[in-house]
Amino acid sequence: MTSIAKPKIVHQGLKRNALGLTVRDYEGGMSTLCAGCGHDSITAAIVQAFFELDIAPHAVAKMSGIGCSSKTPAYFLSQSHGFNSVHGRMPSIATGASAANRELHLLGVSGDGDSLSIGLGQFTHALRRNLHMVYIIENNGVYGLTKGQFSASADVGSKAKRGEVNKQPPIDPVQIALALGGSFVARSFSGDKDQLVPLIKAGVRHRGFALIDVLSPCVTFNDHEDSTKSYAYAREFSHPAIHADFVPPATEIKAAYDEGAVLPVELHDGSRVLLRKVAKDFDPGTRGAALEYVRAQQRKGEIVTGLLYIDGSEADMHGVNGTVAAPLARLPYEELCPGRDALLKLQQRFR
Amino acid sequence: MAKQQTSRVNDFVLKIANVNGTGSASANSLLMKTVFRMGVPVTGKNFFPSNIQGLPTWYEIRVSKDGYLARSGSVDIMVAMNAQTYARDLKEVAPGGVLIYDSTWPRDRLLSRPDIEIVGVPLARMCNERFANARTRILMKNMAYVGVLAALLELDREVIVQLVKETFAKKQSLIESNQEAIDLGIEYARANLQCPLPQRVAPLAKTGGHIMIDGNTAAALGCVYAGATVGAWYPITPSTSLMDGFKSFCERYRKDAETGERRYCVVQAEDELAAIGIVLGATWNGARAFTPTSGPGLSLMSEFLGFAYFTELPAVLFDVQRVGPSTGMPTRTQQADLLAAAYASHGDTKHVLLFPADPRECFELAVTAFDLSDRLQTPVIVMSDLDIGMNDWMCRDLDWDPAYRPDRGKVLTAAELESAKAFHRYVDVDGDGIPQRTLPGVHPRGAYFVRGSGHNQYGGYTEDAAEYQQVVDRLAKKWQTAATLVPEPKIRRAREAARVGVVAVGSCDAAIEEALDGLAAKGIHADYCRIRAFPFGKSVRQFLEQHEQIFVVEQNRDAQLKTLLVAETGFPPARLTSILHYGGLPMDHRCVTDALTQFAAQGVAA
Repeated sequence: MTSIAKPKIVHQGLKRNALGLTVRDYEGGMSTLCAGCGHDSITAAIVQAFFELDIAPHAVAKMSGIGCSSKTPAYFLSQSHGFNSVHGRMPSIATGASAANRELHLLGVSGDGDSLSIGLGQFTHALRRNLHMVYIIENNGVYGLTKGQFSASADVGSKAKRGEVNKQPPIDPVQIALALGGSFVARSFSGDKDQLVPLIKAGVRHRGFALIDVLSPCVTFNDHEDSTKSYAYAREFSHPAIHADFVPPATEIKAAYDEGAVLPVELHDGSRVLLRKVAKDFDPGTRGAALEYVRAQQRKGEIVTGLLYIDGSEADMHGVNGTVAAPLARLPYEELCPGRDALLKLQQRFR
Repeated sequence: MAKQQTSRVNDFVLKIANVNGTGSASANSLLMKTVFRMGVPVTGKNFFPSNIQGLPTWYEIRVSKDGYLARSGSVDIMVAMNAQTYARDLKEVAPGGVLIYDSTWPRDRLLSRPDIEIVGVPLARMCNERFANARTRILMKNMAYVGVLAALLELDREVIVQLVKETFAKKQSLIESNQEAIDLGIEYARANLQCPLPQRVAPLAKTGGHIMIDGNTAAALGCVYAGATVGAWYPITPSTSLMDGFKSFCERYRKDAETGERRYCVVQAEDELAAIGIVLGATWNGARAFTPTSGPGLSLMSEFLGFAYFTELPAVLFDVQRVGPSTGMPTRTQQADLLAAAYASHGDTKHVLLFPADPRECFELAVTAFDLSDRLQTPVIVMSDLDIGMNDWMCRDLDWDPAYRPDRGKVLTAAELESAKAFHRYVDVDGDGIPQRTLPGVHPRGAYFVRGSGHNQYGGYTEDAAEYQQVVDRLAKKWQTAATLVPEPKIRRAREAARVGVVAVGSCDAAIEEALDGLAAKGIHADYCRIRAFPFGKSVRQFLEQHEQIFVVEQNRDAQLKTLLVAETGFPPARLTSILHYGGLPMDHRCVTDALTQFAAQGVAA
């Protein structure tokens, strides 16, 4: 037996969401990752976010590529359809899924190897298409399954467990997304559930490509003191730009927020994210400024977290294509076949 | 030398040598369609360079009262418009033939032949005198040779006038200038040349109920009629016109008249790896989806093809084959992807292949491909080629059965899931090796995990030997089922009992049919089995068994079809003789005629 089912015990008093489901209904199998892995915290945040959003699990398609991060869809939303694709190619699967059924909630989980090395091309093109999905990169700067090689996101000066020092500059998915026109760009830290859950919820509500790069320390291969993606490093240098609270329209409580410190951003479906500014002049509506801020803090050795850029006005793939509202996969055949008469008529042009 | 006086009415080959990018395509297609509308069977082959402008290009039109659609193997009339290739074009004309050249410029006297007629027409000078604009002069030179040929071949001017009107329907001024240039050619030829030539066209009534269409366009129509809604692709010669066709048909038939909303989605992917991924993402969700490609694209798709085989997802691919290996010759034709397609990907994988022989079959087998792919839950690759895909073929009208409904295979509905006790993705419930599947978003009970990693019959991850083997053994069983569902071969029996059989796939067909007719007239008889699908069904095995000697005709160097036959049927290789044609040009009957003639002669001698 190489996968482990989680025993399901539901307490009578467990909180139920609008669908009458408990948080247990959003969980998955037992994680087989290393104890203390940052990815497991992200799994917990995903469970929490979808539970709180009252989304029926079977209306979610969870997709991944290959790697430790890509194993995690087995550990959440066990009642959702899963797709563990080939290495680095999850964005194309998501593109096809969206093309066929635009009503599904698409959640992609990937890693730094999967998205920034082998799958960099597909990642950027899904971004460019503004594919309507949440795309989480569980970023630890290291290849875990093949025992600790550097990934493309490893920082200069990072030391591998065996002592090798990385000399190549990292690829930062956040900066790529900002530069390539990403419509929702966020970064978080796996150990910061208070920030991560609202970000995931906002990403789900965003119509378009919602990138959440989550620093997720690898306890086995990249959590020693010379690593820039260790727990210790992240806790010390992580620099929250904005604290994002997702507030569903039904339960919005404006009074809880201080006007001066809060920036409300309206999402396409009428719901809003309330952004708490930490940096004084930060505005998630300005792409150039966001990029500059991330770079400036990077030069100081700091990692900016929070919702860094959002633009809900850009058309997603279907908006650009002008696709009908109903999922293509559900259109009746009669609406797709032009019929015999049309064929006979058409052939005049071939005579 | 006396001119050959044999009547060549409705039986000759006209070849036009030109420079690409000069707009000769519409002139050539005008010539071909005129012959077609005069009721005479005709076919056109375009030999073009992998280039935009300035390199040699040829267009070969065969006029055949007997309806032979392959190349004949010789050229009777050459229109030599390209000084660059003049020497070789001159050489290619059959004795007794005619070469027409532009006499505006002096011709090298050394380049001459006593056994053919050489006719000079000052095409450029005539056009330069008549038209002012430099670009018009170049374009009209092509129309002027259409006029010259119209007079020499006795083409019906009224038919030409009508075709010009249809071709340039959107621009009245173009209709006038083109017609003017054509008449310029006609008048010159009538005044200065002996018209008509022995090789000429006389009206027949043999093209009724037929169309001139290329295979990519026909395949695109097949995708529309099959109900495909998602297309993903990366542009690659010679498959590109398939998706162009699909898009243009969808714009016509699948766009809401009021809202402008589209009932289809075409994604131009970043590469072929993504194109096949998009197809799989779409079929996983229940859409009919496809990707057109060619050899290099197929290589890139290999990893996902193995994934689709193992996870049992439908996908329809069109491999419009071109010359390999590697980049090869992108604008030349071959059948050299057979093995790469049949066993694409690492591990034990096999894929269903379909082999259309002409555009009509591209249309029909496109629909079959979607049905089979949904039924079998596996990729189906339609193995077309450049000759079928990009050349205009005369074929019977396409027809459509209004009663057709797609076979979506074993997809469980919400109601079925509601009443089911449980759903297990890879259990062989019906004993045919084909499991049941569900679509995302339909019912909570339908959720399962698509994974390329080892899985057991319940869809769960496994590294257990027995569980793994159970799944791959069932896949082998499904393969046996596939062999009973794929299209039957087309078998042509000789008039007399034959100990020789010919086996082939796809675009070899026209040349083989012509060869067999010619051989039969000489008393050499052979049966013919045109395989239309892989895996090979029972009738293919039977055909092999029934013959002492089998000739396997194919367009590649390594006898890939023969390899497949030996590997998959266990038929003794000694009884299979290869006839291989792989230079990149569409084959003609001669290689088959020669091989069978020689074999018959040996038989008589022995």
